[in-house]
This record gives sequence, structure tokens and C-alpha cells, in this order.
Amino acid sequence: MDSLATETVDIGGAQNIDEVMQKVAEHKGCGTSGGSGKASCGTGAGENDLPQEIWDKVKNHPCYSEEAHHHYARMHVAVAPACNIQCNYCNRKYDCANESRPGVVSEKLTPEQASKKVLAVASTIPQMTVLGIAGPGDPLANPEKTFKTFELIAKTAPDIKLCLSTNGLALPQHVDTIAKFNVDHVTITINMVDPDIGAQIYPWIFWNRKRIFGREAAEILTEHQMRGLEMLTERGILCKVNSVMIPGINDKHLVEVNKAVKSRGAFLHNIMPLISSPEHGTVFGLNGQRGPTAQELKALQDSCEGEMNMMRHCRQCRADAVGLLGEDRSAEFTTDKIMAMEVTYDLESRQAYQAQVEIERQKVAAAKNAELNTLAGEGNEDIKILIAVATKGSGRVNEHFGHAKEFQIYELSTKGAKFIGHRRVDLYCQGGYGEEDSLETIIRAINDCTAVFVAKIGGCPKNDLVKAGIDPVDEFAFEFIEQSAITYFKRYLDKVNSGEIVHAERGDATLRQGAFITA
Amino acid sequence: MTYKIVASQCTSCSACEAECPNVAISEKNGTFVINPKKCTECIGYFDVPQCVAVCPVDDTCVIDTSLPRYQAAGGAA
Repeated sequence: MDSLATETVDIGGAQNIDEVMQKVAEHKGCGTSGGSGKASCGTGAGENDLPQEIWDKVKNHPCYSEEAHHHYARMHVAVAPACNIQCNYCNRKYDCANESRPGVVSEKLTPEQASKKVLAVASTIPQMTVLGIAGPGDPLANPEKTFKTFELIAKTAPDIKLCLSTNGLALPQHVDTIAKFNVDHVTITINMVDPDIGAQIYPWIFWNRKRIFGREAAEILTEHQMRGLEMLTERGILCKVNSVMIPGINDKHLVEVNKAVKSRGAFLHNIMPLISSPEHGTVFGLNGQRGPTAQELKALQDSCEGEMNMMRHCRQCRADAVGLLGEDRSAEFTTDKIMAMEVTYDLESRQAYQAQVEIERQKVAAAKNAELNTLAGEGNEDIKILIAVATKGSGRVNEHFGHAKEFQIYELSTKGAKFIGHRRVDLYCQGGYGEEDSLETIIRAINDCTAVFVAKIGGCPKNDLVKAGIDPVDEFAFEFIEQSAITYFKRYLDKVNSGEIVHAERGDATLRQGAFITA
Repeated sequence: MTYKIVASQCTSCSACEAECPNVAISEKNGTFVINPKKCTECIGYFDVPQCVAVCPVDDTCVIDTSLPRYQAAGGAA
């Protein structure tokens, strides 16, 4: 946030804040329809711009807007531990403090504790704009706790957007309550629309007071998911669909899922890689089911992109995560610490802070557009390269190579810089691993990239990256990511055109699947 | 006999608590326990014991063989 400190905005009274926000919204190149900057501000899709009313709802939502996720934070409160279905990729038993995946939390909260936590976090992290209930079970299998939490938060922090994430089994019966509590974002996890495929993913569901198994279970689940989705979109509630990509089971089928959810009004599709390390103890982890590689995931996302907007910045976070996507500050807000905190909810200072965030966003978009204009008419339409970026947020290259827990991946072409995903390089359980091991891990994770942009990098890793064919770039330290990326790409094209380098496709990369314990 | 919860396997997800028709299940020290005085094995309510059916970890809600079998009305005093 250092860049924000250098620029101050006269916000005066509340009236003025609204004016600033309005002005920023009008000018930042994301808000106006058909603006050239909009594609990158949206969900990551270039061809499929969002309608204005949807954009207005998602523009500050880190999970729905790729561009917003550099600037705004979210939090999940773990008030909903119970679940009503069993999934082969989930195991509820495991909770290591350093483990991060859906379905695990360190502690559950009561609605009252959750409400206090939201206020504490909102006061500490003014860019926290979104509260989600995502489990660790299914929020709609715990309807009293879920809706009580929403009720308490709506009273004390009315500016915070409410969302929930569900498997959809109990969705149709709760749609009206969801609408009543002004929940305007719902995520449904839909992994299939074919019960034969569903039977390979869901061993059973708990429905009408009994367990139902196999194909019959999947049939009920898919019927409820589709009906729930239709009911939500009829009521103007935004729906995102999450799908877990399971190679050999539903990877090809997800194209059908994409069509089915698009036709029922879902506005964003998030295809995530299966997490299946054996140490998690899931059915897929134990039976050796592999997750997709980086290129397999990207190919599927690309093939669905013409159909609808694709989300590529999902971090598959825990049901109690706090902070910007890619960071987790939940340890700062344990129940003991929150209960001891004196919290006052200062709406005005939150809005003032967010107004400055909007100015920063506007600068990022303007810098990118200016740079993009200089790229026009370069030729070389076929050339695409990937770069990895170490960033702490705000849309800048502002993280040290050695400190990065993840790298953001951009695809560069004559069309510009397009965010296509991220690669985690953190370890599940810290401690005991040598520097060399983690460097190998990083190289495997970004092996398909031509360059890695960092704020700073030491001599040794630099040499190893060069040996692996990845160009370590620190000259764009603290600059805007997309602007820098386009500058770099222009130079790359110049070198290709002059014959100094030969453009070649790079190999595939590994998606982080768990603790990389290399002896 | 009534049902009991194997504490070492319980994930404390609370799913059973809401399903129990006898309100026999509650949280004690981080895991859930079944009050044997209240458990009826769901006899007379449902075809299957609800805690067993909803529990995400198999063999966690099990018959407590150390206790006498539940008997429907007219049986045990």
C-alpha cells in the first residue's frame, strides 16, 4: 500500500466521498461500457464483456473480478461446519495450521463470534469489502447459523457484501431466504450434469432423512443444482459456478457443464484443479487420482472462454481465510484475539480508504491502456509467451522473489497482457526444507514461463533461473504489472524480429499439490 | 444399546446434532456426544439412525455395546 501513501485525495465530507467514488467509477476505464480497459478489469475474459449492472455488482469483489482482487480483500467465517453430501475430493478430518484448502478450518465460530470477527477485520483491513460463508461444510446445511450471521452483519456493517458458497443440494428450498437477506452473490459447486459422472465424484448425499448413493444421488443433486441456479438468476442474484477439474472423470465433461450453467444464467465459471495429495486422506488422494497440469487446466479454461467469462484467479482458499486473495491473515483474528479487541466500525474512514484504492486502480488501468496503444500494429499475432509476476497486490511488481508465496501468470500477446492464473509455491507445512528444494519447486511451478518479474532477486536464484531458461527481470520493480509486461513483450518481439532470439514454446508446469517433501 | 460417537474420529462438524430427533446430541469439549438416556436409535422416527446416515466419517456413530439395547414404549421402564 506504499504507493497509496504518496497520493492523497481531498475527500472532505461524506458528500465529497460519494462524488469521488462516482467520478472514479466513471473514469477508471472499467466502468464504462465498451471501454478498451474493461476486458482486463472484468473477470479475465476478453471477448465477453459483462453488462453494466453486473459489473457494478462485481467490480469490488475480489472473487468475481480479477482486476479487483489486486486491491480488495475478502473474508470467510466458518460458521457452517455440517455438510449434506460426501465428495471424493474432500476430507473434513484434516486441519494442519499451515494447510490451505477448502473444507478445513482451524476453529468454528458462532454467528455472534463471526459478526464480531467481521467488524474487527473490517476495522483493521479497510479494503475488506466481501464476507463469504463457505463452510467448512455447506452453508445451506446449516441454515440457522448462516442466516443469523448474515442478519447480524447486515445490521452492524451494512456496506459489506454478503455471499455464500454451496453444493446446491438444499439450494431451492432456501432461495427466498437468500434473497431476503440481500445475499447478492452465490457460488454453486457443479462438477457434472451427467449422473453417471456424478456417481464417480459423490459417493452419497443425505436427503430426505436418509443416505442416497451413486447415480440416484447424483441425479437428485444435479436436478437441485440446476433448479437452484435458475431460481437465483430469476431473482437477480449473481451466480458463479465452481467446478473441480478431475482428469479422466469430468475434464471433457466440464465443457457440457459450462454450457448448462451458462444457459441458466450463471455469469462466471471457475474451473479449479483437483487437489489430491495422498496426505489429505481424500478418496481421490488415496486412490491415486491425479490433478491436472497447468497447461491442461489452461486449455480447458481457454476452450470454455468463448462461451462465458472464466475466473482464473481462484486460490481455493480455506473456509476461514482473511485478506487479499493469495494471502491469509486468519491467524491475526483468532477467536481469543477478536473477543479481546475493542472494535468501532468507522464507515467513513473505510470509504475514504476505498476511494484511494479506486484512484490506484484507475492509474493501473490508464498505464496499461497507454502502453497497449504503443503495441498496436506490431505484427507477430501468433506469438504468445507467459510471464510469472511476484506481487503483494495493488497491481504492481512489488514482491521479492524469495518471499513470494505465489506467482501470478500473465499471457502476453499483441492483444496485451492477460491474467491466466497463479502458481502457488508455498509449502503446506513450513520448516526443515532447504533453499534449493524450494527453488526447484518454484522452477517447476513456472516452467512454462519465459520470464519472472520480481521487485528484487538474489544472485544464486538468478543464475539457476537463467539455466532453466527463465529470464529473471527486476527492472520493473514497483511498476504496474500490465504496463511492464507489455513493455517487456515489445522488446521480446523486437529481439525475435531482429533474429537475436528464436521464439519457442516452453514446456508444461506443475500445479502445487501439497507439501513438496524432497529428501 | 444406544449409539455413541467415537471421539477420535469426530470432526465436530455438528451435522448429527441437527438431525437427531431426540435432541440427544450435544458438544462437549470440542467433540459431540450422545446422551444414552435420550437416544432411541431413531426407532419409531426413521428407518435409519440419523447420526449414522449424516456423519461424514464412516464408523464414527456406532452402537455402544456396553449399554443395554433401547426398547420401544412398553419395554424398559
